[in-house]
Amino acid sequence: MSVLVFVETGEGKIRKSSLEAITYAHLMGSGVTAIVLGAVAQPELESLGKYGAQKVLHVVDSKLDQPVIQAYASVITKAMQDEGADVLVLANSSLGTPVAAKVAVKANASFASNVVELPSTSSGFVVKRSIYTGKAFSFVELKNQKKVIALKKNAAEAKEVGGGAQIVPYAVALNDADFSTKIMSTEKATGDILLPEAEIVVSGGRGMKGPEHWGILLDLAKALHAATGCSKPVSDLNWRPHHEHVGQTGVKVAPQLYIAIGISGAIQHLAGVNSSKCIVVINKDPDAPFFKAADYGIVGDAFDVLPKLTAAVNAMR
Amino acid sequence: MKILVCISHVPDTTSKINFTDNGTKFDTNGVQFIIGPYDDYALARAIELKEAIAGTTVTVINVGLADTEPTIRKALAIGADDAIRVNAEPTDSFFVASQIAAHAKGYDLVLMGRESIDYNGGVVHAMVGELLGIPSLSPVMKLDVEGTNVKMAREIEGGKESVEAILPLVAGCQEPIAEWKIPNMRGIMSARTKPLMVVEASGNDKNVVTQKFELPAAKGAVKMISADNVAELVTRLKTEAKVL
Repeated sequence: MSVLVFVETGEGKIRKSSLEAITYAHLMGSGVTAIVLGAVAQPELESLGKYGAQKVLHVVDSKLDQPVIQAYASVITKAMQDEGADVLVLANSSLGTPVAAKVAVKANASFASNVVELPSTSSGFVVKRSIYTGKAFSFVELKNQKKVIALKKNAAEAKEVGGGAQIVPYAVALNDADFSTKIMSTEKATGDILLPEAEIVVSGGRGMKGPEHWGILLDLAKALHAATGCSKPVSDLNWRPHHEHVGQTGVKVAPQLYIAIGISGAIQHLAGVNSSKCIVVINKDPDAPFFKAADYGIVGDAFDVLPKLTAAVNAMR
Repeated sequence: MKILVCISHVPDTTSKINFTDNGTKFDTNGVQFIIGPYDDYALARAIELKEAIAGTTVTVINVGLADTEPTIRKALAIGADDAIRVNAEPTDSFFVASQIAAHAKGYDLVLMGRESIDYNGGVVHAMVGELLGIPSLSPVMKLDVEGTNVKMAREIEGGKESVEAILPLVAGCQEPIAEWKIPNMRGIMSARTKPLMVVEASGNDKNVVTQKFELPAAKGAVKMISADNVAELVTRLKTEAKVL
């Protein structure tokens, strides 16, 4: 059995979530071929070998420098055929998940997204998925011969295993239908740490009392090299941009450390953070429900605690 | 313009999730079911387009057993013209997508939420688009129709993308595409008599089978740290939790 892994790049770099996907495929114990679309430097491609890819298909086509979902799906479906791959593995993302869905339909494959663990193959091919927005898991059997697996963050820890990959140029003829959606422009915060991929997230709620007070939260985030998030009321009030909204109907995060400041902990917010490894809650209300879901808690005023916390972090580093 | 809005019938976002029968069945005890919150945005945008563009009709489709009908009636009360219920359990994304695709031909715009909040697959829109051979995009946070051209904003990691496509197309929606609508009394009264067609599922091919469910391991007790000793938190995050 051979596994194909779709590797995503951002600003010319391989995404960490894609390295997790390579490691996941490697741990499945089969031959791993990676496919990368668009312009990427040679050393980046070669680095995939260290994580367990034996072969890297590199598709260079200026039309694919933009992530056009339909075209990407066509290329990857063809690559699965050409490589004789039964399984496609990739990371859930705004690009990866729809690409995976389209490939699954084209290749008549069984599909699962939000997969959190390696498959169990003792009786059928069974994967564990996160459902009910992190409130539960399901075990699903992928019955078709071909399978497409989209991974939730941290399904496997990206790990160097040594080895090198053979880089092979790869081309697929595409037609107009592959480009029926046109990306006119992209607005992207550059330089910032992306919230869905962040290892540390510092998040603020209505307890911050207004957008003008966010400076002390940003200072802490900077000291920790953390991404910043917020609760739904905060984004509804336009104190912070919508893409920072963490929760059931916003971004779901799964960092090593999630620090919630002035967030009471509504069940919808918890649904967005319950995959975090460690949760710290800072709230002046000792009865805030978030404390029940936390690993560490501080009852105190954000305006008093945050500067002290930032100073303590800076002192440690 | 003909718009099809696909709605899921899901537990309210405040629901506690439990399973019965040895982890094989969802426990509906005490659970209130609603239109999926993302689907509710799609429906609201569809009604806005109906109000803005003369001759527009909105049909709602749901894949579900008879217990979803109150949820469908609510969508009719919000302003949809008629509804289709495909009489089958929505067990997996591909099955649901193929049922929707079987009824979606002839519609200009197929709208739904970015994901259902029960199974969170987040792919039915992409699969419907693929099955119909028309473009699909998600998560769409802005959607304007000018003639046959559709201008959309799609959320991507840390930003957004402006995308254009020609009708027909499928979009998975999320806020702030429209404000949720609350049915008024007139809507609720008229919803009772609006057509709700029940059809049987076409085919029953399941290429994914759910074997069982499981709840996450219970969290240990929270360790409280005094606000006068914030440095201790940093120490414990480093040496005890090992996350710094």
